[in-house]
Amino acid sequence: MLLNRPRLIRGGVRTEARKQPTADCPLEPVRPRGRLYLSLGQHIGRPALPVVTPGEPVARGQRIGRADGALSAHVHAPTSGRVAAITRHVAPHPSGLPVLTVVIEADGAGRWEDDLPEPFTGAAGQLPPRVIAERVADAGIVGLGGAAFPAAVKLDPEQPVTTLILNGGECEPYLTCDDRLMRERAAGLIDGAGLIAHALGAARIAVGIEDNKREAIHAVRHAAEKLDPRVEVTPVPSLWPQGSEKHLIYALTGREVPAGARAGDIGVVVHNVGTAYAVHRAIRHGHPLISRPVTVGGGAVAEPGNFEVPLGLPFQELLEHAGGLTEAPERVLAGGPMMGPVVSLEAAVAKGTNGVIALTADEVREAREHPCIRCGQCVDACPMGLMPFEIANRAARDDLDGAAAHGLMDCLTCGSCAYVCPAGRPLVQLMHYARGQRAEQAAAAERADLQRRLAEQRAERQRREAERKRAKAAARKQQRQTPASDGGKAPAQGQEASSDKQPSKDSADAPKTSATTNEEPPS
Amino acid sequence: MSDPVAGPHIRPPLSLPALMGQVVLATAPATLFSVWLYGWPAFNLLLITLATALAAEALCLRASGRSVRTNLGDGSAFVAGWILAMSLPPWAPWWIGVTGGLLAVIVGKGIFGGTGQNLFNPAMVARVGLLIAFPVEMTRWVEPAPLGSSEAPGFLEGLRVTFTGAADWDAISSATTLDATRAATQEGEPVMSGLPGDYEPIAALLGFTPGSLAEGSALLLALGGLYLIVRRVIPWEIPLVLLGTLALLSSIGHLLNPERYTDASVHLLSGSSLLAAFFIATDPTTSPATRAGRAVFAAGCAAVIWVVRTYGGYPEATAFAVLLMNAATPLIDHWIRPRVYGRTRRGLALPTEQEPR
Repeated sequence: MLLNRPRLIRGGVRTEARKQPTADCPLEPVRPRGRLYLSLGQHIGRPALPVVTPGEPVARGQRIGRADGALSAHVHAPTSGRVAAITRHVAPHPSGLPVLTVVIEADGAGRWEDDLPEPFTGAAGQLPPRVIAERVADAGIVGLGGAAFPAAVKLDPEQPVTTLILNGGECEPYLTCDDRLMRERAAGLIDGAGLIAHALGAARIAVGIEDNKREAIHAVRHAAEKLDPRVEVTPVPSLWPQGSEKHLIYALTGREVPAGARAGDIGVVVHNVGTAYAVHRAIRHGHPLISRPVTVGGGAVAEPGNFEVPLGLPFQELLEHAGGLTEAPERVLAGGPMMGPVVSLEAAVAKGTNGVIALTADEVREAREHPCIRCGQCVDACPMGLMPFEIANRAARDDLDGAAAHGLMDCLTCGSCAYVCPAGRPLVQLMHYARGQRAEQAAAAERADLQRRLAEQRAERQRREAERKRAKAAARKQQRQTPASDGGKAPAQGQEASSDKQPSKDSADAPKTSATTNEEPPS
Repeated sequence: MSDPVAGPHIRPPLSLPALMGQVVLATAPATLFSVWLYGWPAFNLLLITLATALAAEALCLRASGRSVRTNLGDGSAFVAGWILAMSLPPWAPWWIGVTGGLLAVIVGKGIFGGTGQNLFNPAMVARVGLLIAFPVEMTRWVEPAPLGSSEAPGFLEGLRVTFTGAADWDAISSATTLDATRAATQEGEPVMSGLPGDYEPIAALLGFTPGSLAEGSALLLALGGLYLIVRRVIPWEIPLVLLGTLALLSSIGHLLNPERYTDASVHLLSGSSLLAAFFIATDPTTSPATRAGRAVFAAGCAAVIWVVRTYGGYPEATAFAVLLMNAATPLIDHWIRPRVYGRTRRGLALPTEQEPR
């Protein structure tokens, strides 16, 4: 069937995979000890609200943060212990800005919470779709591929969904934790896929795995044959950024997500393989998301490997589990080297952390910057069909409209262009810069617009008020000229007038108001 | 101030100076062969042109307030000088090299704003400038006299040729293949019969025919070009389409009227067709940035080369062809763009209901 032959995406770069040191290291569980730093902002959307207080004992799997809003997610305690503090702690983000964090002092017992949801053992089809989405939300599951988008939101589609795609691309160099997960937990993964597909009402389930992961493809195929023959496992070319949602959809369905639309708009939902496994854990075992697979790698790490890491473990401690550092790393990244941000060693593992990579200066090989020579290598490499140098050169001279006209907002910031650029241009930085500037301009324009509207409204209000007063004065004049009316109405009118004045007091400069007030004939 | 750090945090070991180094490496065999073929005057000319180009680049960098130390090494001026020297008559006097080096780097590149900013290929700007200003010196070709042979000038004699001119030009000058075909066309004789008696494709392939400093050895040029394609330094589209179009046009002409039009082998192996296809038209800065754009560019170059060689006033045309198409490059890049993912060719969002592509 043609569905099993993936389409080749445009552009992309064949990076050095550098997966060998860790691809054969099984996921090794890390026992939580000492302090865990659970950020309440481990997902996109607003940070969760703390529901524990300092000093309070917590059990493993107990909810410690409540989702705040639609794109937020619950946070759970990865182990039993005591809440040591609720404080601000550095986030695994390039800004290094602190976020509200629940610090848990582990007691080492690992005692589970008593009232975890009951494990469900029946066939996926027996659960109402809504219940699956609710339990996934309760378990605090977010996309484990790195984007950390709340998974439950993607289980409650607005449009009918025909296809569920599981993303086993893992195209970032160094990272192998998804590879290990697929090899070691294929059965749970297939079960999770079945649950998600049932929640979505999707008839087709496709798993895309890069063809450099032979064993993972074999393991998932084998599990699918045994457990759910609907699942198609398709090897896709090992190419950056094959694991991009848009590009995996194209490779497996031959369709493109229209610009400005979401995958759901063409009836496709993509989940990471790790997310599918987490859904399986949540529904079959009642376990919330409290740990995740993480690859620890890079040339500066003594014993690179894969670990099942409790959320909140500081990177420094995780690196010690991997034998520590052999030399001072040039950069420490949360995630892979193509898009992973540079982070502080004090930051802790979050739900979106798929790797902690400590690179040596040799591996980083920073290029010296030269002028752009318009060679077009970035154009050949761009998976979106953009001309990156055109955008970046416009961004560099602050021609933001020009940059936008050349597709600034279509850019994935995947870095394929910067990877191949012989002149070492900071292409990704320029994209980020131009987007930031545009967002700022848009915000400024919005503020100016709001101010203008408020000023207009105020002028309109003042005009109406003056008119009303004039009309009232005219009426009163008329009333005085006709003394036949009863006297009881006059004070009520006065009251009305004074309350009418109220809004104009808000405005600091109201010469027009005072002018009209002066015009008002004394009663 | 340094840039903020962002991904990608790893890169392949490819840099601008390394690219330029690869170009020089790929052209070195053809150039060195020609230096051997034409002796010390050719060596002197190469050295003078390179030195002038580098000095001019240093001057431009200083004038524009950029660091000479960090930017001179990007190799672009060196390559411009090298390519220019390759396209000069091998026994041209010293001042041709100096004027050409200055023209290439200052007029061709510096005044546009330096590396990456120039509209026209610097070496070709210089070549055309020299050809128009000094038509005699720029079309004085000599018979090959390999180093060590009895006709070859010694080192001192070579210096004398370079700095004061040859004693007796008439004795040593010779016509190129394209000169001969043009002369035949003008006299109304069959064009192939107008070729010098010793014209053999094999000789042209090896480079033993009169021509500019290093445009002669088709074999070595092609090998160098293929090396650059394999190393992904130059895009394959330009040489393939340029040579393909040139072969196609000349073959059609030759089939229709062999008396009037030379065949494809003359067009491909003579003059600077191969030099242009692999090393001149492929200049990244002055050629389009998309695959399709590059194909259009290369086809245009080939068409101009064939038309000027066949009907024009100059026997050789690659420099004009490249400059003309350089001028068209911004337009090509404006009109020919890749389709953006999720959008139609016209830039509108795709409909949500779509057939698999």
